[in-house]
Amino acid sequence: MSHTLFIDGLEIPFAPGQTIMDAALAAGIYIPHLCHKPGLTPHGSCKLCTVDVDGRSAAACTLPATAGMKVDNHTPALQEVRKTLVQMLFVEGNHLCPTCSKTGDCTLQALGYHFGMLDGHFPPFYPLREIDASHPDIVLDRDRCVLCELCVRASREQDGKNVFAIGGRGAASHLIVNSPSGKLGDSDLTLDDAAAHICPVGAILPKNHGHEIPIGRRTFDLHSVTEADVAHVGLQKTEHHDE
Amino acid sequence: MHLAPLPSLAKQPSADHLLHRLHQLQEHHRYIPAETLAPLAAELGLPISQIEAVIDFYNFFHRTPRGCFDILFSNCTSCGDLALMQQLCELLDVQPGVTRADGKVSIDQTSCVGMCDQGAAALVNGRTLTKLTTEQLPQLTALVNTATPLDAWPVGWFSVQDNIRHAGLLINDALPAGAGLRAVLQTDADQLLAEIKQSGLRGRGGAGFNTALKWQLCRAADAPEHYVVCNADEGEPGTFKDRVLLTSFAQQVFEGMALCAYVINARHGFLYLRGEYRYLLPSLEATLAEMHATNLLGENILKQPGFDFDISIVLGAGAYICGEESSLLESLEQKRGVARVRPPFPVTHGYRGQSTVVDNVETLLAATHIAVHGGQWFRDHGTAQSAGTKILSVSGDCTAPGIYEFPFGISLQTLLETCGGLDAQAVQVGGPSGTLVSREEFGRKLAFEDLATGGSIMVYGAQRDLLAVVRNFTHFFAHESCGFCTPCRVGTPLLRKYIDKIAAGHGTAYDREEMVRLGKLVKRRSHCGLGQTAANPLLDLLEKFPQVCSERLLHQDYEPFFNLDAALATTRDLTHRDDAEAHLS
Repeated sequence: MSHTLFIDGLEIPFAPGQTIMDAALAAGIYIPHLCHKPGLTPHGSCKLCTVDVDGRSAAACTLPATAGMKVDNHTPALQEVRKTLVQMLFVEGNHLCPTCSKTGDCTLQALGYHFGMLDGHFPPFYPLREIDASHPDIVLDRDRCVLCELCVRASREQDGKNVFAIGGRGAASHLIVNSPSGKLGDSDLTLDDAAAHICPVGAILPKNHGHEIPIGRRTFDLHSVTEADVAHVGLQKTEHHDE
Repeated sequence: MHLAPLPSLAKQPSADHLLHRLHQLQEHHRYIPAETLAPLAAELGLPISQIEAVIDFYNFFHRTPRGCFDILFSNCTSCGDLALMQQLCELLDVQPGVTRADGKVSIDQTSCVGMCDQGAAALVNGRTLTKLTTEQLPQLTALVNTATPLDAWPVGWFSVQDNIRHAGLLINDALPAGAGLRAVLQTDADQLLAEIKQSGLRGRGGAGFNTALKWQLCRAADAPEHYVVCNADEGEPGTFKDRVLLTSFAQQVFEGMALCAYVINARHGFLYLRGEYRYLLPSLEATLAEMHATNLLGENILKQPGFDFDISIVLGAGAYICGEESSLLESLEQKRGVARVRPPFPVTHGYRGQSTVVDNVETLLAATHIAVHGGQWFRDHGTAQSAGTKILSVSGDCTAPGIYEFPFGISLQTLLETCGGLDAQAVQVGGPSGTLVSREEFGRKLAFEDLATGGSIMVYGAQRDLLAVVRNFTHFFAHESCGFCTPCRVGTPLLRKYIDKIAAGHGTAYDREEMVRLGKLVKRRSHCGLGQTAANPLLDLLEKFPQVCSERLLHQDYEPFFNLDAALATTRDLTHRDDAEAHLS
């Protein structure tokens, strides 16, 4: 049996054990994603990589590729679903792009542009979330958190620590810090941790580097999210981005 | 006669389970004080963040003190009565959700407590109050204000009836203890598996997976340990059959677990009991002890060398999502009940990554009967695709709410005739996650191939406001969403906003269309069964009872969500004003 699957009719190879996302990225096909990062355990929570596999909805980042699979990816209907999901992520948190120092380097914002999103569309939640500035080098601004758990996984899998977790339930889910006080300053997070830099939005940011790269010259000012995430462009992401 | 105190979880075999430790702390302090977290984390060898995450996930744990009497009224459309809650709040001078200043009492609402045949129901400090009426509220108020301990409250207030109205194959005769195990030990596990296969038994939780296949896959799975888990987290509003099975047929349920263990080579099993059924713990523990004493559990069961099997009970803490099997396993593993990514499935990667069968209470009871009577006996009942009988929990607007066991394939009409619900304008089959059925469809059959149900049948009479019913369900799902995936975490609260707007008379046709678009997305794109079914009531209502919604819509193109008068509520509250002048319209 040949190890190939079809994405939007294009036959591409996969290695046993690869997910649809793995196979697509290897073939240079962009499937939108936010909570996925090669090298970390796939999560499947943001659902931006939603595809239709033989007519059934699935997250491309978690579903193992199988031979002959027919995957719909870049269809108008799926793009509409993904745009709606991005709008949902925007209204759920407090995302004020013009005042956020991650602007231009933010994957959520880049996805908004990618899908031609013009507004949040849905009634905003305006949640009350805590900012944690207790760490000398890193600030945690939960207003911007999209609960992708990249920091949770990076800390556990790459840094060998366990700094972050998700607490609570439903719309009240929130990022928590594994320290007796619950404060970042009391955790063992350090600036050289992958978890300190992996945030795709502006929720976890290094302090004192706010506007070193001027607006207009940041990652997504220069590249689309498609180029940046297919990652074959030798892209040098700017200071705050997730590389 | 006195009300026996709730058993201390410190005495349970699984006392060191995080959920049990948190139940103890909550009980002792009336909340879980911040200073207890670090010592508990150190003692259990868990990260402090895991403990914090779990506390905030489950409804029955709190970070600020609850009252000495913490009263939670069910908000289910069958066993809930929030008007009673309001009355009691006024009598006790307390705001819902806010502990009274003297610390004596707190009152709040909670999701269905499984007393739909004997509502109105509430929990007081984890004990179940049934058949609550307005008349008893003054006395209840006095008992609270005089700090009378629960064991001195009228014992009848806490009585829970089985209400078995129609018995069939399974709840008809109480099998002699050990009958299933004795029958099987005369042959072997292969023979039992063959009988289960022959019976056509499918999972009774609602999904209907073939039981023999599940057991076979688990048995064949190459994992060092195998586990059997009984899912008694019966949280679907309107369902209470497992409550009755665990009250009157617990021994046969546990025996079903042992039979499964025999087939899949498990040495340990868990009964995951919903927190709302905590009052069942003493009798369940007594049944387990009795089974140990008679060698139906433990080592070398019925003198069969090497057949060792034991069962622990783990008590949930108020989270509907834990009825989803992979969330239940997460909860068993002392984590938040978040649905896992599948594949892999629990049969290969279940509890602690080991091969695990998760079966419904009723499925395991059926397995015991099949072991005794044979597969064909079961197969002879029901329909081609849905063998055997189904135990139904019937509640709502009918004269005889309770438990009905009928062969699969019975029409809804026949059921309604039997339970005295012929007045119904609609029936919710399978609970909020199921199907809203209109009068025209009452000829449909209860079976996996037509109306699949885990057993919840909620009858709505002609006087019911169906929009209010569906709004209740929509709130339920938003409250119970685990928060893992975007479509459900954000989508269910958004659906709540839309239906609230329409119910309040502020909705437009555009809002209705947006609600449908969003509902379809939540249904199709969510991670697990909760999100995938959360929009069902709404979508069914709009399809089958469109006028219920359209008659409340504004005849204009657009109306913003923002409402200035509503936004002034905080100001009115602060200035203690609620007169006409303090309102905009």
